Amino acid sequence: MQPIYYRSITEIRQALDAGKLTSRQLMDVLIDRSEAVDDRIGAFLHRDFVDARAQADAADARRKSGKSLGPLDGIPVAIKDVLAVKGQPLTCASRMLEDFISPYDAGCISRLKAQGCILWGRLNMDEFAMGSATENSAFQKTRNPWDTDRTPGGSSGGSAAAVAAGEAIAALGTDTGGSVRQPAAFCGIVGVKPTYGRISRHGLVAYASSLDQVGTCTRTIADAALLLDAICGHDALDSTSLDLPKTDFVAALREDQQQPRKIGIAREFFGAGLDPEVKACMDAAIRFYKSHGCEILDISLPNVSLAVPVYYLIATAEASSNLARFDGVRYTHRSESANDAINLFSKSRAEGFGAEVKRRILLGTFVLSTGYYDAYYLRAQKIRTLIRQDFEQAFRKVDAILSPAAPTPAFPIGAHKEDPLALYLSDLHTIPVNLAGLPALSLPCGFTDSGLPVGMQLIGKALGEAGILQLAQRFESAHDFNRQTPSL
Amino acid sequence: MDIDHIARLARIDLTDAEKAQFGAQLDSILDYFERIQQVDVAGIEPTAHAFAVENVWRTGDEPGDTLPVATLRTMAPAERDNQVVVPKVVE
Repeated sequence: MQPIYYRSITEIRQALDAGKLTSRQLMDVLIDRSEAVDDRIGAFLHRDFVDARAQADAADARRKSGKSLGPLDGIPVAIKDVLAVKGQPLTCASRMLEDFISPYDAGCISRLKAQGCILWGRLNMDEFAMGSATENSAFQKTRNPWDTDRTPGGSSGGSAAAVAAGEAIAALGTDTGGSVRQPAAFCGIVGVKPTYGRISRHGLVAYASSLDQVGTCTRTIADAALLLDAICGHDALDSTSLDLPKTDFVAALREDQQQPRKIGIAREFFGAGLDPEVKACMDAAIRFYKSHGCEILDISLPNVSLAVPVYYLIATAEASSNLARFDGVRYTHRSESANDAINLFSKSRAEGFGAEVKRRILLGTFVLSTGYYDAYYLRAQKIRTLIRQDFEQAFRKVDAILSPAAPTPAFPIGAHKEDPLALYLSDLHTIPVNLAGLPALSLPCGFTDSGLPVGMQLIGKALGEAGILQLAQRFESAHDFNRQTPSL
Repeated sequence: MDIDHIARLARIDLTDAEKAQFGAQLDSILDYFERIQQVDVAGIEPTAHAFAVENVWRTGDEPGDTLPVATLRTMAPAERDNQVVVPKVVE
């Protein structure tokens, strides 16, 4: 049996229900584990042991008195430092919000609290979720638990690394262009980004509002389903959240009839630049599905080759507007040398933002500026329509699309330091999904010869989470990639 | 890209070193992004949201608790008499 800190929510639930474990014991184990390894991993920006233990004690008291709040009661969930938890720091890994304490709970956090989850710590990330390696945090680097010279991916690198290192059982991240799926792949865990609108964005500090979505980092597909059922649902405070019947992905997994499915392989996702070891893992996954009765179809998504420029034009434009609120006036860093109304903004922002955030705000300001709006921003929005239509066409023929989650395994820290464009281009498998608002997940599907995890991506049609979760669980239950753990 | 103009619009003071570095990086990024100019987008509607939800009205919009002034006040970098203090705006 794995140590407690490497077990799934499902296994821990059984132990709690059988009286073999208390939430307090579990919390103590996670605190000890994070004390033992986090100086090497750097997943957490903030941990409050007293508060976490008090939450665990409250859950144990509820269970003892028969008032348990459900399957997640007493389960710790670690939170990316971009989601508001009342009374806890919310820094977005930025100097701009270094001293900020959330005065309210995000929509998904209210739901976790209502179900008795323990909110466990604040996880490192790229500043304001801008990056693919968690190297843009103003405070610290996070290291990949499988090879601490490599990045955990990003921007939810703290979330993925904490779960992979056994410092958390599960974590929430956010995914604007792949920021849950790519770190999940790099760290050998399960990452799910549901359909845009499934989860409230209220209390998620906005980067690119038309693309941002909360996602889950877990050890298993079943755990992802549990957590998603807990946080999906309409919220009047996010007018883009979808008003739909309550999800039951747990039941969808339990009741999977193993029907054969049609899986599409888009040639555009297997082009030049794909690491041969990643390719080999994809080939093995395709063979698995074929041998389990699925039909594999070649498809084409002709416009996804433009997804990276389209994404970086739209996302930075939205960011330049969203981040205008960080102005040094009401709740952010304020420059001490500011002495008039204008340099209060420009000096505070110069001191408060890091290089990548400045770069993206500048790019977004440029593409929205007079004379360039039509040629860049509006044109990008039109090509976004074409990309969406490519997926709509493909999903008339297939039930899911299988691709790598990233073109390479985790890369060394600092590999793209001087070349932001090279890092942008590494997001090519995940970005088109956000532009189309579709659900997708990343699932461990193998290891390289040097022991780095490889992740595959399954993309579903809009609101088709159940279908890709079922397909993923079929693969997961026939393999043990997600039971392997790094040596720390 | 006129980096001085854009930095002014974005309200970010840049050092000379940042201007040189960001200017060069953004120029090479935009060079790469030029490939979007080759696509025929005639007659294509722009997508602002993957699933456009329109005319969302709040139901039962009753007055409720708002964030306490005391909390908001303590978040401000400088405050006095229940107000946020900023440098002088008009002479």
